[in-house]
Amino acid sequence: MRQSFILRNPSILIFLACLAAFTVIVTLLSHAYGTAFISTSFVKTLGKTLCLCLVAIAMDLVWGYCGILSLGHFAFFGLGGYMVGMWLMYARTELIVAGSMANAAIPPTPQEVRDAIGTQIFGVVGSSEFPPIWMFAHSFWAQMALVVLIPGALALVFGWLAFRSRVTGVYLSILTQAMTLALSLYLFQNESGLRGNNGLSGLQNLPGVSASQDYISVWFLWASAVALGLGYVLAAWVVSGKFGSVVRGIRDDEARVRFLGYSVEGYKLFVFTLTAIIAGIAGALYYPQAGIINPGEVAPIASIYLAVWVAIGGRGRLYGAVIGAALVSLVSTWFTGGQVPSVNLGFYRIDWVDWWLVLLGLTFVLVTLFAPKGIGGLFDLVTERFAPNRHGANYGPDQGSLLEKEGRK
Amino acid sequence: MIRILRAALLFLALTAFPATAQDTIQEVLQAHRETIEASSRRTIQPAIDAIRDSGHPAAPLVLEKWEARDMWQRTEDGLFFYVEPEGRNDLKVFDFDTASEIGVFSKDGFDQLKPNSGIRALIASALVKFQLTDPDASKRRDALAALARNGNAGHLPILRDAIAEEPSVGIRQQMERLERLLTIQFGASDDERIEAMTYFEGDLGVDARAALNPILTTTRRVAPGTEVPADVNLAARLRPGGEELSREAAYDMLVAANLAPARLTNSDQRNALQANIVDGSVGGVPVADLDSPAARDRAYAALEAAGTVPSAATTDEVDAALAGHVFFDAYNERSAAVTDAANDVLTSIELKVAMNQFIDLTLDALSLASIYFLAAIGLAITFGVMGVINMAHGEFIMMGAYTGYVVQQIIPNYTVSIIVAIPMAFAVTFAAGVAMERLIIRWLYSRPLETLLATFGVSIALQQIAKNIFGTQARPLTSPSWLDGQMAFNDIVAISYIRIAIFVLALIFLAFFLFLMKKTRLGLETRAVTQNPRMASSMGINPDRVNMLTFGLGSGIAGIAGVAIGLYAKVTSELGSDYIVQSFMTVVVGGVGNIWGTLLGATMIGFLQKGIEWFNPSNTLAAQTYMIVFIIIFIQFRPRGIIALKGRAAGD
Amino acid sequence: MSSLLEVSGISVTFDGYRAIRNLSFSIGEAELRAIIGPNGAGKTTFMDIVTGKTKPDEGKVIWGEKSTNLLRLNEARIAQIGIGRKFQRPTVFEDQTVQANLMMALRNKRAPFPVLFWRPSFEDHSRVEELASEIGLADELSRKSGELSHGQKQWLEIGMLLAQEPRLLLVDEPAAGMTLAEREHTTDLLKEAAKTRAVVVVEHDMEFVRRLECKVTVLHEGSVLAEGSLDHVTANPQVIEVYLGR
Repeated sequence: MRQSFILRNPSILIFLACLAAFTVIVTLLSHAYGTAFISTSFVKTLGKTLCLCLVAIAMDLVWGYCGILSLGHFAFFGLGGYMVGMWLMYARTELIVAGSMANAAIPPTPQEVRDAIGTQIFGVVGSSEFPPIWMFAHSFWAQMALVVLIPGALALVFGWLAFRSRVTGVYLSILTQAMTLALSLYLFQNESGLRGNNGLSGLQNLPGVSASQDYISVWFLWASAVALGLGYVLAAWVVSGKFGSVVRGIRDDEARVRFLGYSVEGYKLFVFTLTAIIAGIAGALYYPQAGIINPGEVAPIASIYLAVWVAIGGRGRLYGAVIGAALVSLVSTWFTGGQVPSVNLGFYRIDWVDWWLVLLGLTFVLVTLFAPKGIGGLFDLVTERFAPNRHGANYGPDQGSLLEKEGRK
Repeated sequence: MIRILRAALLFLALTAFPATAQDTIQEVLQAHRETIEASSRRTIQPAIDAIRDSGHPAAPLVLEKWEARDMWQRTEDGLFFYVEPEGRNDLKVFDFDTASEIGVFSKDGFDQLKPNSGIRALIASALVKFQLTDPDASKRRDALAALARNGNAGHLPILRDAIAEEPSVGIRQQMERLERLLTIQFGASDDERIEAMTYFEGDLGVDARAALNPILTTTRRVAPGTEVPADVNLAARLRPGGEELSREAAYDMLVAANLAPARLTNSDQRNALQANIVDGSVGGVPVADLDSPAARDRAYAALEAAGTVPSAATTDEVDAALAGHVFFDAYNERSAAVTDAANDVLTSIELKVAMNQFIDLTLDALSLASIYFLAAIGLAITFGVMGVINMAHGEFIMMGAYTGYVVQQIIPNYTVSIIVAIPMAFAVTFAAGVAMERLIIRWLYSRPLETLLATFGVSIALQQIAKNIFGTQARPLTSPSWLDGQMAFNDIVAISYIRIAIFVLALIFLAFFLFLMKKTRLGLETRAVTQNPRMASSMGINPDRVNMLTFGLGSGIAGIAGVAIGLYAKVTSELGSDYIVQSFMTVVVGGVGNIWGTLLGATMIGFLQKGIEWFNPSNTLAAQTYMIVFIIIFIQFRPRGIIALKGRAAGD
Repeated sequence: MSSLLEVSGISVTFDGYRAIRNLSFSIGEAELRAIIGPNGAGKTTFMDIVTGKTKPDEGKVIWGEKSTNLLRLNEARIAQIGIGRKFQRPTVFEDQTVQANLMMALRNKRAPFPVLFWRPSFEDHSRVEELASEIGLADELSRKSGELSHGQKQWLEIGMLLAQEPRLLLVDEPAAGMTLAEREHTTDLLKEAAKTRAVVVVEHDMEFVRRLECKVTVLHEGSVLAEGSLDHVTANPQVIEVYLGR
């Protein structure tokens, strides 16, 4: 009767195998460790994509499993990026400042070093003082802890407020969107202490590492792959047991779970905070590869795109989220990179750089209308795991995400 | 004939009495020829005065032409004329006294008088006398305005004379006011000035404050001893280390006044140390150890002891110096009575200003609230009444605004184009709304979260399409000229006509919505379908049709709101997304499914945002941030909005 | 007889409509009770109040030996201290197997962290199987509950209630939409359950109530109209008027 966790979830093994194979192949084709078939910038794109897959898993956990359509997880992602960016920027500027001051006749005092770093970093916003939030920027470990703590704490406070007052469904979505908007507006201000709309830049340079970007990109790819693998296993473990049952129960019928004696708020808060932390970690791995982070990244639209990826990939299944994020973000890069040939209609030339978003928007409408299970639904056809022959009430939160008719296949 | 001639002569003699010595203005000019030619600001005044006081009818003409650099001097005899340019090299020359043309001459025989700006200002103020008594009322007004900008003591008697003669009541009031203002600044005695000030108690004019504030300017000063010198009109005594004056700043004042030796700055210290490195150490301290302030102080002290560097003030010396001096702000105005009176009047003004600013803020908040209400009312219909989340609502607003823009490209008359644009915008967005309802939303009525996502897909597509068609730069939607300008109640309280129009539009929509929902067949059917679709359809209501029309209506109103918003903000493809979150907030805060709730929500958010902006006026971003945070907290206490449906109707 | 649940003087108003007016009600340990009443009598609202879904405007709800005030607790706490509720419509988690449904309902720790690290023991499995055979779903354990028939879902829900091991069971119209045979099975299940705990059944169907052979409380317009054996209350002229109308 009792089976090990992995055996009950064969998809985990398949996923990990695919991920490992992918990582090895990319490594062997990279400039640093292989045949140099793949350009370094593309390695970075792939590494970033892995991070996006990780945040998509978080989104799937909170939306696909727990039924909370959060439009704020990219904000947590961005916060993670900001936290790691603060350390990267501080440490690198410190090295540069130390280098330039080493030539001075008299060794600098710590205060002088700090002032010089402040001038370097905050010159763009007309300041040289370190805001209090940079208190820990000099310490790698403290800042790494903040990658987890800041998104976690924000999610905890916000979630506690929101779930406690039983805000659900679309109200909750709008509220999370408002939170995201508030955060991005805050970050846009110079007074936020995070360089306003300049954001943090030069994050691709690791302080104290002399290796070229060819190597660093592959290292980050590995780190992202490891994080994605661990995140996947963690998420799969969380949703596998009774906890998963309860969480899915909350998605399908919150009140019923409450009458079973489970404190729905506690579970939601747990999932919301956990996924915020995962998102923060994903962001912390993403932005060093992107090189720059600015408040625009945190804007509500980004979080909505995240929901789009998960919906296209197929929510309620972890691999669906990964497929959605990987596919849409890569295709998006391909289209917006101007590599897709334009279509000449005679009277009008469709330039995909301009029309890609239109295509994405319409695709998304079509997926929502005709393929609510997303790409992941295709796997059902393969494995013949058809939907149950249902009677009775609806699936899903509120009035149900899947109607009886669809459940009957 | 002779009698007339005699009367004219008599009149001439009477009016020209002070200048009997010189019968023509030319003679006056010739009498001051040298000063005029010298054209120096320091010596020119007698010449100007002579012209002004000559009583000659041509005097203002001379001054005007002189000021305008149209007065030329004939080289051969030094006579002055005024000219008009004629071709490249010629001048049409006029005589001052007769104001008649003498002829056209080459420029070669004439020199232009080029008064510098200082002299021109003197001439202008001399001209004031004539302008203030000019028969043309508009000229008198212009003169008053000029005087308000740069009046001086010399204008006071002229102005006072002019008041007595002024026929127009309105202008006389302006003159009296200006006279009081000038008296405050240039009055002969303190009593006179103080008396003038009382005229402005509680006055809201910017000019009154502009006249009073300079009286209260202070200079920060320092004096030896512990008592403020008696001859000083003291504004405030300052304590070094207090909030107003830091110890460093106080000591810097002492240094600047040569009352104390300079203190050693960090960079001075560093440079001094750097200059005295001997064999890898400074004052016995190895260079490598100089990375802490303590070590540097030690090294510097050693150098000081050796006499290689000038001694810097120590902390004790600084303390003693600060204690031995008194720091204070002194009014530049000598008379305490004047400054006290100015303070009193300004306090009374400020109180009134604060009250009026509050009223102004209220008006601002009201207009912002009406904009939010306009943006949200369509949403209140689709979200509130139908329970459909339309993320593309913002894009419908944008479509409305662009419709207005396109209409303006076709119809150049702004009034007509606005009148055409409003129904056009409604038609376009109504059609778009109906299309969206038919194609997408009706399949998703029982899946609200999916509606949210699908309409979001539409939203990004529409936004990008707008970007592809209209480009990324902002397009102007110009309001008709009768909406330009503002309605000003006084110098502080003012509201632009566009905002009034938007407010009125919001009221019209509210009335329209109430009428529609309460009095029409469609409203009845909509309410029926909302409450129980199955029952409604069994009673012969076609829910499909009702849903379609209701959704179209909500979208159409968004289009009209778009035109209104476009008039006061720039039209861009992101116009809609700027409003969408606030619109949702308005509906959610107000309470879903209730138009009064939406109204209250919009009012609350509008007032809140303006209120926060008032606390921190420089930062609208911060205002929005705090507002959203406030709303999130607000929802804690009223999860279902201000006006909540209770009990079973809320559909737990 | 000491009472397990004591409801006294509760009133609740929805938008001006008084759904419950000054209702008092009590039930002892191991008692089976049927509540009948026409539509709008306040039966469901009464259950909502006891389970914490609706807060009354006034009145008291006292529970158990320690006289806990239920109005201070939220739904989850009320369920944890031993009140189980079955809804009118069968509400089981259709996307999950019968086993998962029962496993979730089993009396165990309910807080997120213990649940996260909880893995079913042998006893848990055997308890689930025992319950499944009791409700006649032993062969359906690995099926998704959405695939079950309507009656089976009702039983599964009753099974979930039993798995919670509550001291008080509130059952809302358990027989609705069942075949005759299924009804009999349901009656047996409820009577069996009432031997060890208090069971309150809300029902329209007089035949079903008669088969339960228990004390009956008649609700009308939010307050108790009559109480006693079924024969006693059906003889009451007021009850006849309310039920049969004029």
